[in-house]
Amino acid sequence: MIKQLSVFIENKQGRLADVTGTLAEANINIHALSIADTTDFGILRLIVSNPENAKDVLRNAGFTVKTTEVAAVALLNKPGSLSAVLRELDKAAISIEYMYAFTSRTEDYDAIVVFSLADKEAAFEKIKKCDIKYVGAEVIARLDG
Amino acid sequence: MERYWNAAMEKMPREQLRDLQSDRLKAAVNRVYTNVEHYRNKMQEKGMLPGDIKSVDDLRHLPFTTKLDLRDTYPFGMFASPMHEIVRIHASSGTTGKQTVVGYTNRDIDVWAECMARCLVMAGATKESRVQVCYGYGLFTGGLGAHYGAEKLGAVTIPASTGNTQRQITMMKDFGTTVLCCTPSYAMYLGETIKDMGYTPDDFKLQAGCFGAEPWSENMRNEIEAALGLKAHDIYGLSEIMGPSVSQDCRYQNGLHVWEDCYIIEIVDPDTGELVPEGQNGEMVFTTINKEGFPLIRYRTRDIGSVTYEKCECGRTHARMSKPQGRTDDMLIIRGVNVFPSQIESVLLAIGETTPNYQIIVERINNLDLMTVEIEISEAMFADAVRGLESLEKKIVSQIESVLGISCKVRLVEPKTIARSEGKAKRVIDKRQ
Repeated sequence: MIKQLSVFIENKQGRLADVTGTLAEANINIHALSIADTTDFGILRLIVSNPENAKDVLRNAGFTVKTTEVAAVALLNKPGSLSAVLRELDKAAISIEYMYAFTSRTEDYDAIVVFSLADKEAAFEKIKKCDIKYVGAEVIARLDG
Repeated sequence: MERYWNAAMEKMPREQLRDLQSDRLKAAVNRVYTNVEHYRNKMQEKGMLPGDIKSVDDLRHLPFTTKLDLRDTYPFGMFASPMHEIVRIHASSGTTGKQTVVGYTNRDIDVWAECMARCLVMAGATKESRVQVCYGYGLFTGGLGAHYGAEKLGAVTIPASTGNTQRQITMMKDFGTTVLCCTPSYAMYLGETIKDMGYTPDDFKLQAGCFGAEPWSENMRNEIEAALGLKAHDIYGLSEIMGPSVSQDCRYQNGLHVWEDCYIIEIVDPDTGELVPEGQNGEMVFTTINKEGFPLIRYRTRDIGSVTYEKCECGRTHARMSKPQGRTDDMLIIRGVNVFPSQIESVLLAIGETTPNYQIIVERINNLDLMTVEIEISEAMFADAVRGLESLEKKIVSQIESVLGISCKVRLVEPKTIARSEGKAKRVIDKRQ
């Protein structure tokens, strides 16, 4: 499993730019990003190489930040690869709360899919037994090259 | 021609009215000294005996009574009648969790109804009138207070209470309502809805309205009069003193006549407690002199206003107070309900480990008061799931509703976004004025 940053942002013009600007100033690269939105606020979710450092940077800039644990799975860029992963998770009775993906090309795979899983601890035990290409924090840490 | 409910009392020469006040004040002070330990202690602390009060001139020497006294004696400690003589309880918000509880004897209910009947007649009502009461019925004094006055007058009384605006309007039309009793903001809302339903004021038989329980402006008065086709009167009262009908304006709409045979009004400097000259603004202080169950001596209302004893064209001799001009504390009146920021703070304190920074924003949208509580989110409150944050919002909304009895909106905002002045956050933004 890997760490994702969750940032509380109000639905106000410019707030997203404030978060990314803060990260840019600290020279932090964003690998992936997704937003859950409601009428009044949103939760911004980020994958970065060093989440603890990024968390401190954002917190010092006055943002409300938490790290949350998510699962990352590698995929090939071809038809049916995501479907196969989802079938595996379904077979293992793992529920997905939300997911998003980003490209990350190596010799073995083309993309990484991030899953937030319900009942996290039990889900992480189950996912290890699934026939999928599981990606650990050390892989994310090396993405900056 | 001006009509009166009780001409002898309402037009009593001031000299005579003053003698009556002195007699009743002496009796009231005697009553509380004998029956209420809290008053006795406060008078003894000042070295005073009931016999020291010889006329209304001596009133100024008596100690004040504040909301704190009522809190300290919660629930029945200030009652001056034995419980078997109390026939009714009403209650309003206190500054902290506890409500302010008031009690009435049968005679008190009768005096209250008399004052309300005077107000209704002053607004032009007769026993032929049809009075629709759209104040809330319950612990709030508005509904039952207006109701008993209308019945005493002998008018057809329609206890419509609050809510279901379209049905209210249908009743108003079908029953031929002539007099409306409600909050001014609800009167505005009724006016809007009448228009939305495709009616005009001509479709109704409305003549007058007794609107109160919250502050309103002359502008609003003009709008209400135009939208409903009636004459809008400002009625004042608070549950501690009695309820609606402590004072109301007559057809000349130039100040609210205080029924001085029942209530003595004083205007004091809120800081020093000294009386201010006639016509000057200060805190309005009331003493009840015709009440048994829950008499109050020099009660600090926290409402700012002035008083004049000049003769009024309507022929009534009773003093006129100005519309309340504001508050000396941070109490808000939202849809007729008293709201103290400290009540909201107590809810927030119970929810998180620490009290979050918050701000109360009151607006009037489509003529209805809307309260939004903005809360700065802390890391302890924050979770990655939208569902979790939404359920936190819902939880706060329902707890505030159960404490205040009115609905509100809760909005989570980012830390440090609520404006602070000198390090302290401004707790209340009232955009209604």
